Amino acid sequence: MTKVPVQFTLNGREQNEFVDSGSTLLAALRDKLGLYGTKAGCHQGTCGACTVIIDGSPQLSCLTLAERCAGKSVTTLEGLTGNGALHPLQQAFMEGFAAQCGFCTPGMILAAKSLLDRNPSPSRDDVIDAISGNICRCTGYDPIINAILTAAEQLRGARKSA
Amino acid sequence: MIEYRKDYFSDARTDGLTEVGVTRQRSDVLGHVTGKTQYYADRHFAGLLHLKMVRSPHHHARIKSIDVSRALKVPGVVRVLTAKDVPQNIYTILCLIQVEPNDEPVLAFDKVRFKGEQIVAVLAESEQAALAGVAKVKVVYEELPAVFDVEEALKPGAPLVNEYHGRNWFTYEGHHCRRVRFGNVDEGFAAADHVIEEMYQSSPIEHAPTETTGCIVVPDQNERYTCYSNTQALYFTLDNSALILNSPFHKLRLVGGTVGGGFGGKVDVITEPIAFLAAMLTRRPVKYEYSRAEEMQVSSPRAAERIYIKDGVAKDGRILARQVRLYVDAGAYSRHSPYGTTKAAAHMPGPYTIPNVWVDCHCVYTNRTPSSAMRGFGVTIGDFALEVQMDKLARLIGMDPMEFRILNAYRDGDMKAHQKEVDGAALVECVQAASDLANWPIAGRYRAMSSQKREG
Ligand code: FES
Ligand code: FES
Repeated sequence: MTKVPVQFTLNGREQNEFVDSGSTLLAALRDKLGLYGTKAGCHQGTCGACTVIIDGSPQLSCLTLAERCAGKSVTTLEGLTGNGALHPLQQAFMEGFAAQCGFCTPGMILAAKSLLDRNPSPSRDDVIDAISGNICRCTGYDPIINAILTAAEQLRGARKSA
Repeated sequence: MIEYRKDYFSDARTDGLTEVGVTRQRSDVLGHVTGKTQYYADRHFAGLLHLKMVRSPHHHARIKSIDVSRALKVPGVVRVLTAKDVPQNIYTILCLIQVEPNDEPVLAFDKVRFKGEQIVAVLAESEQAALAGVAKVKVVYEELPAVFDVEEALKPGAPLVNEYHGRNWFTYEGHHCRRVRFGNVDEGFAAADHVIEEMYQSSPIEHAPTETTGCIVVPDQNERYTCYSNTQALYFTLDNSALILNSPFHKLRLVGGTVGGGFGGKVDVITEPIAFLAAMLTRRPVKYEYSRAEEMQVSSPRAAERIYIKDGVAKDGRILARQVRLYVDAGAYSRHSPYGTTKAAAHMPGPYTIPNVWVDCHCVYTNRTPSSAMRGFGVTIGDFALEVQMDKLARLIGMDPMEFRILNAYRDGDMKAHQKEVDGAALVECVQAASDLANWPIAGRYRAMSSQKREG
């Protein structure tokens, strides 16, 4: 299989990798780099478990070719705790029972983070829209939506006091 | 908002209920939100082989021949497994709790009994190579008439689904169904002011866990094998794998962990025995993971049920007789359905005291995907039917549906239809509390009733 060199930013750090041509970002993250925080629920773009943030927008890593990430900035769940402290989304998910089995959680948190980065004051409908590509079979979504709204509020408060 | 009513039965309790109403975080949630929780597939093994299945495209067919020669020529394919490679190919998951007979092949060889049944396992260096190998296996079938309806399957002359049973139903201690007999329903119906009979049915329901079913088996030194699995039933898996592989238990090690959604769908033993075998025969780590399509089509759903309920009710609201015929669609193999059907029988006639009860619960084999466990299986669909029936009965006699339930609810000390005395009943209080919350007034007479004693 042809190997392609790819240079990209991963969780804030420069990353140089040789990837199999035609292989997915999901496979590169999990099988090559050992970043198992990104989950695979379908490998076909229907569940959202593999969501990562690429250049600010939420993308399905199972449908993204690794070689197409050249020059881009990729954030996975591991990137949220870079400096050790939990992100307000992580805190809110913990406190609000927004994770049960946890399998959808990485994708949910990243879809939510991408939303809050773009829109610090989302309405409930904005939140529902932002996670509409992420399936959760455990929680019934309400705790997740509430957690995202709580985190948004906290982030706004933190910004104001800063 | 959840409200905790600790005043109910407080005189009957000594526990003080210090935990009820207290918020506690999940013990594993920090791992979930940081991506550190380890699911079975979050591991790397050098030299991992991928296992993909050749599956039946037919609902019911005789297998005339299996030719794997072209699959073995696919670059990357390492070996294939057929029924001949499986030491004890025929099993049933609940054999260790005396469910008989063994009725399901690990790999089909003479017949396929449902669409998607596994026949040949292809092992390859990559998923792509395994799938290419699967496409090259040639199986010649002779299609057989199939049956998809529980009542059709019980008719004389219906196609025989599962030869290990010899008939299209599970046999319970010599009986063609699981039965409950209590009082005399004919007398109850004769004494009733109204008799109605209704039919209820449900479709199979797939759990659709976000993480699909799968496992990885890794050979250790000393001929021992470790299986990392997302099973909900580690010990069923260990027992069945040991029996299927003819292996001493100590050679097999099961490692469970966080399950990415189960809901009962990961209680069957399907992926592990064949992955163990593959690792034994290749001496390499093997991963067998369902694709999303396999999860949806092949993994066991909640059984479809069809339920007939005939009730005799008196004008004053008392149910005098209840007759139930219930059919559980087991699909092609037993798995957990004989057990689920027994649960269904024991659950009838619902949480009500009825003096005359007659129940026949049939566990029926059809050419549909085998059904198995799912949250309250054997009970949930029956409850739906019973409670819709209760509403219909209340309407029929012009009674309030809440009051009708309170009147008929069983009380401590009553005898249930399957001859167990009621203890710890709470339905009367539940309905009273529900009527409060729903702002649905009930008459003082029903307000005064209690689960702990029957009013005079
Ligand atoms: S694994 Fe990418 S959407 Fe499901
Ligand atoms: S927490 Fe299990 S799928 Fe969302």
